[in-house]
Amino acid sequence: MATGDVKLIGSWASVYVMRARIALNLKSISYEFLQETYGSKSELLLKSNPVHKKIPVLIHADKPVCESNIIVQYIDEAWSSSGPSILPSQPYDRAIARFWAAYIDDKWFIAVRSILTAQGEEEKKAAVAQVEERTVLLEKAFIDCSNGKPFFNGDHIGYLDIALGSFLGWLRVTELDAHHKLLDETKTPSLFLWAERFRNDPAVKPLMPETAKLAEFAKKLFPKMQA
Amino acid sequence: MEKKEEGVKLLGFWISPFSRRVEMALKLKGVPYQYLEEDLPKKSSLLLELNPVHKKVPVLVHNNKILCESLVILEYIDQTWSNNPILPQDPYQKAMARFWAKFVDEQILPVGFMTLVKAEKSIEVAIEETQELITFLEKEITGKDFFGGKTIGFLDMVAGSMIPFCLARAWECMGIDMISEEKFPGLNRWIKNLNEVEIVRECIPPKEKHIERMNKIIEKTKSA
Repeated sequence: MATGDVKLIGSWASVYVMRARIALNLKSISYEFLQETYGSKSELLLKSNPVHKKIPVLIHADKPVCESNIIVQYIDEAWSSSGPSILPSQPYDRAIARFWAAYIDDKWFIAVRSILTAQGEEEKKAAVAQVEERTVLLEKAFIDCSNGKPFFNGDHIGYLDIALGSFLGWLRVTELDAHHKLLDETKTPSLFLWAERFRNDPAVKPLMPETAKLAEFAKKLFPKMQA
Repeated sequence: MEKKEEGVKLLGFWISPFSRRVEMALKLKGVPYQYLEEDLPKKSSLLLELNPVHKKVPVLVHNNKILCESLVILEYIDQTWSNNPILPQDPYQKAMARFWAKFVDEQILPVGFMTLVKAEKSIEVAIEETQELITFLEKEITGKDFFGGKTIGFLDMVAGSMIPFCLARAWECMGIDMISEEKFPGLNRWIKNLNEVEIVRECIPPKEKHIERMNKIIEKTKSA
C-alpha cells in the first residue's frame, strides 16, 4: 500500500490541476497543496517538471508525476485499495474512456479555447459552431458510456467524468464571453444534466472556482475576452 | 467462452509509426491478426466507418469492438493479453512510461518533423530544439538495454516506431545527422539493440521505399 508524503503543485484556476485534486479527493488522500503564483514558476516546479515546467505536478514520496491524465491514472493505481476505482475495470471500457479523454483535450478544448482567442465576431461565431458540433459528439459518447447511469463512469464519477467535468468552470466563463450557451439543455440534454450532477459531487464541489473570480483571472490570459 | 484470438483485425499503413507500434505489440503477445493495409491518403469506406471521429489509422477491431488511437490500443492489448507485459507493473514506472510516450508523440514529432521541415527559424535552431528534446530520452536510456529494461516495452515500441524507423528517415532525406553517436551514445546503443529484436525488425518499413515516400511527404509539407 502506498504511503508517504503527498504534495501537489498547482493553481486554483487550472483545469488540469482540478483533475488531480478530484482524484485525490475520491481516494481520500491528504496532501499539501502548493499554490503557484501566476506569472512565475517556483524552483520546485522547475525541478520537478523540467520537461514541461507546467502544473499540475504530483509529488509522492519525493517522486514527481506530471501530466494531469497520467497523474489521475497514477492515483488510481497507487491507491488501488482505497476509494472507488477511477478507471473502469474492463479493458474495452478503459479504452473508450481514454479515447474520449484524449479527444476532449486534443479536439474539444482546443475549439473552446479558440472562442476566447477569436478576433472579431465572425471568427467567434465559427468557433462557437465548432464547439457545438464537438459537444454533440460528447453527448453521444455520454449516452453510450453511461448506459443509463448518472455518470460516464456509471454510478460514480470516474476518469472521463473528471476529464470533461474539470472544464465546467472555464466553459461557463467562455459562455459569458460568447454570449451563447455551449452546454445547452435542448441540444445536449444528457450532458447538461450530467454537468449539474458532476458539479455537486462531494469530491468536486469544493474545488469548482467561482465563475466571477475565474472570469477576472481569464482576462489576464485572454485579453480579447468580452466577459 | 469467448476465444481471445478470434476476430483481431488491424487497419494500418506501412509508413505510419502509430500503426507499426500496434503491430509490434500484437507480435510481442503472439496474437494472430488480419492486417488490412490502407492506401493513404485515400481513405477506405471501412476506415471512415470504423473511425468516424478521427478518420485515421491504426484501428484495431477485436471481437467487433473498435479501438482507435495507438496509445489507447497499446494499453488495451496489454490488458487483454496478459503474457509478455508491455507496461511496467509498478504504478510509478507505468506513469513514467506513459509520460515519455506522450512526450515522443506530442513534442519530438512536431518539433522533429514539422518545425524542421518548415524551418521558419533557421534549420540550425530547429535541429538544436529537436536535439534538446532527444537529450531527455538519452538520459532515460542511459545504463539500460531498452526503456523497458532487459526486454522491449511500451516506450520502446512508441519511441522505436517514431524515432529510428520514421523520423530518422526524414532526417536522412534532409541530410541531418540528428542522433549523432557522440551526443547520444545511449540512444545509438538502444537502436542497435532494437534492430536485433525479431518482432521489431518485422515492423520496420523497408528503407528504400520509405526514403522515396518520405521525400515526397517532405516536399508536400514544405509547400503546405
